[in-house]
Amino acid sequence: MTSTTRTTPALSLRGLRKEFPSPAGPVRAVDGIDLEIAPGEVVAFLGPNGAGKTSTIDMVLGLSAPTAGTVRVFGADPADAIAAGRVAAVMQTGGLLRDITVAETVALTAALFGRTGSPAPYLERAGIADLADRMVGKCSGGQQQRLRFAMALVSEPDLLLLDEPTTGMDVEGRREFWSAIRADAAAGRTVVFATHYLEEADTYADRVVLVSQGRVVADGSTAEVRSFASGRAVSARIDDDAERAAVAARLRDLPAVDVIDHRGSRLVVRTGDSDGVARFLLTQTPARDLEVASENLEDAFVALTSTPVPSTAPSTDGAAR
Amino acid sequence: MSATTSTPNTTTAPPAARPARPAVRPLAAARVYLAVELRRSLRNRRTLIFSMVMPPVLFLIFGVQGDYATQSAGNGNVTAWIAVSMALYGAMVTATAGGASVSVERAQGWTRQLRLTPLRPAVYVGIKLAGAMVLGAASVLLTLVVAAFAGAQMSAVAWVLCALLAWVGSLVFAAFGLFMGYLLPAENVMQILGPLLALLSFAGGLFVPLGDGWWATVAQLFPTYGLAELVHAPLGGDLGVAAVVNVVAWAAIFSFGAAWRFRKDTARV
Repeated sequence: MTSTTRTTPALSLRGLRKEFPSPAGPVRAVDGIDLEIAPGEVVAFLGPNGAGKTSTIDMVLGLSAPTAGTVRVFGADPADAIAAGRVAAVMQTGGLLRDITVAETVALTAALFGRTGSPAPYLERAGIADLADRMVGKCSGGQQQRLRFAMALVSEPDLLLLDEPTTGMDVEGRREFWSAIRADAAAGRTVVFATHYLEEADTYADRVVLVSQGRVVADGSTAEVRSFASGRAVSARIDDDAERAAVAARLRDLPAVDVIDHRGSRLVVRTGDSDGVARFLLTQTPARDLEVASENLEDAFVALTSTPVPSTAPSTDGAAR
Repeated sequence: MSATTSTPNTTTAPPAARPARPAVRPLAAARVYLAVELRRSLRNRRTLIFSMVMPPVLFLIFGVQGDYATQSAGNGNVTAWIAVSMALYGAMVTATAGGASVSVERAQGWTRQLRLTPLRPAVYVGIKLAGAMVLGAASVLLTLVVAAFAGAQMSAVAWVLCALLAWVGSLVFAAFGLFMGYLLPAENVMQILGPLLALLSFAGGLFVPLGDGWWATVAQLFPTYGLAELVHAPLGGDLGVAAVVNVVAWAAIFSFGAAWRFRKDTARV
């Protein structure tokens, strides 16, 4: 870290694990996550469905207890952080009473946090001032989501968690929701949002934490993830197994190699320096049938979040942060 | 990827400009919440029909017609006896619905949302029950006022005692609703509990006298029996030990059941 002053992290996860009992033995939803998020960061928690995003968020909110590991929110226990109003969340679904109005919902939430003033400013900030007198049950999915956001604002939380906040919204609703969040985050709030939309992570986050099967598989700034992903894939055939393993080991020492994948007798190397890797393979190894292909963010995402092959190790180690 | 460029504001603490958090005032919060609960009840047509319309209407159907209406029954007449029955019935339905609505709101994720606020789960249940009791008081008063105009006669003390017993006694059914709601977690749980309450009212001797047959013995086991005897006690006649044991036992069973499920639920969420 370049920081000179050490501040208490907004969120600190250490060796976090969560197992759920099932008839076929315990299912591990979160499998050892180490993560530190500094105050003021806007972080995307990106991963496919079932990656463990919601389980992690539940533990951060104190809604479920970790099987192992620790969660600290601004150095405190999640339950204390909730009670102090330092952390708030916008959940994916539910959590609303359908037979009261939008304004009543926010006023009630505010009262629970000891604020008895008008709910109008929160409705304004969430962009739903015009819906104040509408029954919650008559609001669209996107409107309800902005209502949840308004409810999350009443405690003026330092950390805001959003669990797949735009699922089921149309394009327009999604844009309005994010512009409300963005405007708010500009004031210095720490925002962590779970999503499985790459584009959302790319557009709205400063930092992307890629999770798959309960683990952090990549962690970096959006620009880094994009440059990482906009690299190329060099693949080549090496028939002899022992030879191929040896080449893979030597490739790992090259500076710009990100991921090495085995596909049958072919090695697939994701790299920012395809020329260098190609030169190495053709001049110093018995590799043949060499191919160079462009990669996009989608490919990198799929590669990083699909079933891990032992050799699939991204160059960035999430735990190093 | 290096870690340095990805954390733009590492040294920036949350801005000091953010207003200080006010201290949470549990009483003020509970008052606002209770007001919301009452507004919800008044807006809910279903609740109003079952709590405010049905009991007086049932009273008018069964209590003022027929030759028996003006016959005396203890310290009052039969009309008063039926008025008290219907007052208890209204309070019971209201309390049960109030208790059961906790599980409905749990199914809707509202209790989970509340766990993200400083409100304690036990206080939430307390507010729900208080809301139901306010509505139950209105229901009891309405039925008895209608009855007073429709020819019910009993002593002044009996009017007051009957009303209080029906109202306070309905707490047993608030616990019943809470317990059943946890056991049958469905949005339409009252569609099951409503008819069940009517059946229990017949079985326990609230709607019709039990007579002297074998049923009078069996009926003593139903949770409606004890309360039915209790609310009619101010009208005269002796209150049996069985009735008191019945009320205490069912109150304990429903309360412990509700507390047990409640603990399990808040531990898990």
